[in-house]
Amino acid sequence: MDFLRPASWEEALAAKAEHPTAVPIAGGTDVMVEINFDHRRPEYLLDLTRIGELGEWEAGGESVRLGASVPYTRIMENLRRELPGLALASHTVASPQIRNRGGVGGNLGTASPAGDAHPALLAAGAEVEAESVRGSRLIPIDDFYTGVKRNALAPDELIRAVRIKKADGPQQFSKVGTRNAMVIAVCAFGLALHPETRTVRTGIGSAAPTPVRARAAEEFLNAALDEGGFWDNGKIITPSVAKQFATLCSAACNPIDDVRGTASYRRHAVGVMARRTLTWTWESYRGTAARTEGVA
Amino acid sequence: MRVSFTVNGRRQEADDVWEGESLLYVLRERLGLPGSKNACEQGECGSCTVRLDGVPVCSCLVAAGQAEGREIVTVEGLADFARQRSEHTGCATGACNSVGGDGISLDEAQRWAAKGQDSQTGEGAELSPVQQAFIDAGAVQCGFCTPGLLIAADEMLERNPNPTDADIREALSGNLCRCTGYEKIMDAVRLAAARQSEAV
Repeated sequence: MDFLRPASWEEALAAKAEHPTAVPIAGGTDVMVEINFDHRRPEYLLDLTRIGELGEWEAGGESVRLGASVPYTRIMENLRRELPGLALASHTVASPQIRNRGGVGGNLGTASPAGDAHPALLAAGAEVEAESVRGSRLIPIDDFYTGVKRNALAPDELIRAVRIKKADGPQQFSKVGTRNAMVIAVCAFGLALHPETRTVRTGIGSAAPTPVRARAAEEFLNAALDEGGFWDNGKIITPSVAKQFATLCSAACNPIDDVRGTASYRRHAVGVMARRTLTWTWESYRGTAARTEGVA
Repeated sequence: MRVSFTVNGRRQEADDVWEGESLLYVLRERLGLPGSKNACEQGECGSCTVRLDGVPVCSCLVAAGQAEGREIVTVEGLADFARQRSEHTGCATGACNSVGGDGISLDEAQRWAAKGQDSQTGEGAELSPVQQAFIDAGAVQCGFCTPGLLIAADEMLERNPNPTDADIREALSGNLCRCTGYEKIMDAVRLAAARQSEAV
């Protein structure tokens, strides 16, 4: 094994181009587990921790450009306003020690269906900034996950950053596990209201081969909210609408039975989380809307 | 490969390090510092917790090469680290460790033990306030999880001198203990916080 230690992003891209099998390592919270357990013996480890800009973020404009290695702890502490869904999801990652090291770039690189960041990224809307010596490209998050622990990166590409749309409305994240810390999600759900476009977006974790959106549920809800004038009148969500939304979210799952839970439990739990996160975000939106009207 | 880094305030070098080796392995097997414990090797248990440039991390998940040039504090150096912190008032980041004092040698660190010449455990040996509180509160049973808990608890009290119970539980949520049921550990951290605020 060789340990490559690029001092700059350009050096890292050159190293990855020269050694496409090199495994990038930043926080190490996935890679080191595989090495410790002898599940993986990469020929090259590509250490990205010397590259300062990967740990930085820019919050100007419509989206946040989040460096691939910004630790979850920083996201929780600094980006709660811009990225509320991702900040909530970050808080459910493992433990303080892990959140101090791990970041969204690693979650995307590993592309586990159970990665905590994915539902939040899907719900908020995001693009993955992938770069190689050949150039840089933006991969829409909807096209990024290609299979179980597979993603759209080319062998010579590295994740430089994730561009996540700043919240224009309430966002929520919910996760099922046996305790509040140190759990891999049995399943997870992210939901974001986008009042500017009058749309709702979702993200489901750990209930299909890849993280997925519940597109039929989103379309149903968008139409129902529109028809009922909900965005304007700020009424509570009709229970039948919430119920149908939950049913459609469950139907978007394609889960398996495994040690953490059964497929039918996952389908059920995703429906429950969908209904709850919709209620929470909508109540928050109504509160905001009411205050705005009161002031105006 | 060779790894050069600062451990408990002193420069150290480890040779013949395998590229896939963890920082924990280097500390225990190459530097002879077995205070950081090796249990799950997947970041679940927190018994290998050390400070890496001031930040609490699971040393089993840090590749040895990633520690190059960095500063590590292990439980063996915690008393010295806490003493220097208290002498450099106004430094809450822990970065002051490199500024004042010259750290402790590998030999001292290897021989460090929480037992003094006296009949009472802890007396006669230098302890950090959080270590003393763990002893006084009876928070140590088999002791395997203790080093990681001490590093995590000490770092929380550095950041948050008046933690609520929820703050303590959250800060220690990455450290598993299979003996105590955590109640005595909670007592110990509350005690350390209370003593810390009295001292100010």
